Amino acid sequence: MDKKLIWERIRPYVMVLPAMTGIVLFVMYPVLYLIKLSFYKYNLLNKDKSKFIGLDNFTQIFTREDFYRTLANTVVYTVGVVVLTMAISLLIAVWLNKKGRFNAVVQAGIFTPHIISIVSIALVWMWLMEPSHGILNFLLKSVGLPTSQWLQSSKTAMISIIIVSVWHNIGYYTLIIVAALQSIPPSIYEAAALDNASKSKMFFKITLPLISPQLFFILIIMTIGSFKVFDTVKIMTGGGPNGATTTLVYYIYEFRTNSIGYASATGVVLMAIIALLTFIYFRLLSKKVHYQ
Amino acid sequence: MKQVRRTLEFLLKAIVLLVFVFPFLWMISTSLQTLQETLRFPPTWIPASPQWMNFVTAMNAGPFLTYAKNSVIITFSIIVLQMIVMIPAAYSFAKYRFFGKEILFSMVLLAFMIPGQVTFIPVYLMLADWGLIKTLLPQIIPFMSNAFGIFLLRQYFMQIPQEIIESARLDNAGEFKIIRKIMIPMSMPALATIALFSFVSHWNDYFWPLVMTDSAGVRPLTMGIAMLRETEGISNWHVIMAGNVVLVVPILIVYVFASKQIVRAFVYSGIK
Repeated sequence: MDKKLIWERIRPYVMVLPAMTGIVLFVMYPVLYLIKLSFYKYNLLNKDKSKFIGLDNFTQIFTREDFYRTLANTVVYTVGVVVLTMAISLLIAVWLNKKGRFNAVVQAGIFTPHIISIVSIALVWMWLMEPSHGILNFLLKSVGLPTSQWLQSSKTAMISIIIVSVWHNIGYYTLIIVAALQSIPPSIYEAAALDNASKSKMFFKITLPLISPQLFFILIIMTIGSFKVFDTVKIMTGGGPNGATTTLVYYIYEFRTNSIGYASATGVVLMAIIALLTFIYFRLLSKKVHYQ
Repeated sequence: MKQVRRTLEFLLKAIVLLVFVFPFLWMISTSLQTLQETLRFPPTWIPASPQWMNFVTAMNAGPFLTYAKNSVIITFSIIVLQMIVMIPAAYSFAKYRFFGKEILFSMVLLAFMIPGQVTFIPVYLMLADWGLIKTLLPQIIPFMSNAFGIFLLRQYFMQIPQEIIESARLDNAGEFKIIRKIMIPMSMPALATIALFSFVSHWNDYFWPLVMTDSAGVRPLTMGIAMLRETEGISNWHVIMAGNVVLVVPILIVYVFASKQIVRAFVYSGIK
């Protein structure tokens, strides 16, 4: 009897143990380890030769021009992707919101890129954007527009990467917004129609406020997601030309073998940025969510 | 007038659809072209005679059988391991009261928010210390605890009425029998959602294998395809696209058959 009682007390812990082991081992402990590494000049070949250097890595980060350039690139990428994706997804979602077979087909079609590996997406778009034989320049030429160097020029490389990311993301966010739109009770629109409200007024006074919690949510996950951009950059440009597309994670990746301490310190900075963004958004979100 | 408007709207929708589907059609078309056809101007829309050899060339550029096998092993091991770890944890969080539950659960939520792009360096050093870098494990075990899955499944388990569990207990059913006979069958939609989501994200993953592997023997398909560009040179687009087709088509087939579930899986994960 006693034995059974003890078992009942420890049973919950036994059941969460494997999950917690994974979380502690592969998330919590690495975060602490990362912070520790950021204070060291780490020697990969001989760990005992690693040296504690205090905040030197961080002073280095904040005095290096390439870090600021990288940060600026990441911000440009994030703002570009977030603004374009939100605007276009909202537009398409409102447009395709009505139930109908063709709308469903279009929704499924624009969602397709989202389940395909970035590796494939990046390679296909590199081919589309190839300056001399790519189809994008062919289309531009055939309608009499000037062609572009796309990924090959430091002026257009970042916008090219933004285009690909936006294209990749739109389907997913469109679906989330469509789901939000369909949860608005039709009676609200009927009442507004009785009051002769114009379509644009309905959109700004009813639709937007009612889906604002979801829009805020999208803003959070997209901002945080964009700050982590890597795959597209790695495959399409390798951070170039001339560092024009080096983003934070790519920067960390580049330093990961030769200067582990410096790379880790940059990782800590990235973590702090993500935490700050999450915090700010949750503050905003908790205010906005109320009026639903 | 109304007819014209409807036709125009249909056309506009068709164009939008094309913008998202065309790159994949173009990938397939290119994969069957000759090098001359890829260089031609205006572009070759449909290859004169399909070049199936491109696929052979692509597959011979590296140990693609190994890559494919690795992808399958990694993806399925992750799904199975996650299920084994997640189900009891979610059950415990949903149905038991115990000291420290809130703290443990907030750790789950925190884990959900800390990305691998931040922690990959220490995880790599740790796994290298354990001597695992030459194995497939670094691509599997870091994903054993699926925080999002635990969260979602717990929500699902909480909705299953306590009365059903109580009456099973009265019939002397053990807790593991309750999980097996009641919780799992009743939460199949959630489990399928989590499994599909895991499948898509790990089959497609590139970052983690890139930072966790240093030899061809343990690399997955995504890396193999990405490396095609280096082995094949940057101008052999027909061969690169052939490799790409191999990576995309399995997922597309799954999507055709399970599009509703996949879409639901993604929207779920988004709306929390």
